[in-house]
Amino acid sequence: MADTSMLVRHPLEARRTQLTELSAELDGVALELETPVAAVDLRLDPADPGPAAVADVAGGPLPAQPDTWTELVAGQALRLGPDEWLLTSTAARPEDWEFGLDEAAAEFGGTAVDVSAQRTTVRVRGASARRLLASGCAIDLRPASFPRGRCAQTLLGQAGVLLVAHGVDTRGDDDLQLFVRPSFAGYVVDWLVDAAQEFRRPT
Amino acid sequence: MQLIACPWCGQREEIEFSYGGQAAVAYPADPASLSDEQWARFVFFRDNPKGPFAERWVHSAGCRRWFGAVRDTRTYEFLSVGPLSATTARPSVLPEATP
Repeated sequence: MADTSMLVRHPLEARRTQLTELSAELDGVALELETPVAAVDLRLDPADPGPAAVADVAGGPLPAQPDTWTELVAGQALRLGPDEWLLTSTAARPEDWEFGLDEAAAEFGGTAVDVSAQRTTVRVRGASARRLLASGCAIDLRPASFPRGRCAQTLLGQAGVLLVAHGVDTRGDDDLQLFVRPSFAGYVVDWLVDAAQEFRRPT
Repeated sequence: MQLIACPWCGQREEIEFSYGGQAAVAYPADPASLSDEQWARFVFFRDNPKGPFAERWVHSAGCRRWFGAVRDTRTYEFLSVGPLSATTARPSVLPEATP
């Protein structure tokens, strides 16, 4: 098969410099594009033993609770619904990631489909990250109700996003990851850039 | 904005949901035997109660799951939410469909 690895680029590659320059002028917010990863949408009966068997292949436990995510060896497992997970991998090739998981899931009547091109990722970091997102997102983003390990599919502005809470580090700096469909990514970045204006450092 | 309790995601804004009409409208057992009027009754006619109404909703901007809800049509208050199967108890829409 032809080597397609050279073709994988972030749909917002053209905005990377703009975001880096803007982040330097902001106080407590940094916007950053993430490297595309292999992602698989897993549909599987949540009753035992399916999830445990897939977890062996995925390299980490699948999240058991609604709207939570767990860390895999090289990636994430996000629970999207009662019988739906999104499994990402930074190490595997998308085809291999899909094949391995599908093989494990098929045994229990499940399926795994490569959705690497379905979503793209923007990282929002900094002490004001949650305040920035809260201005366009209705769910309670305070650390107490949206701590590390939570994720939520919701609306940011007018676009559907998958919000993922990463660490709240010792200085209270937040780290949130935003999965968005590539066709909405331009809108979401426009929205973030606009919303970030109020966090500009006073000159 | 009104919050709707998705059985999976919890309380979310109403804008994330889509309406699916009356719950548990049974598909006719033998569609071919229906008269046009009976078929139209199945396709178009729905209850319109003043008070609690069993409906289908989908959390389209969230988990994308369908669920059943009982909503008071006078106050828009959601009285209960649950899996679709739990809201199937309603009289048939086709009382005169029996041959």
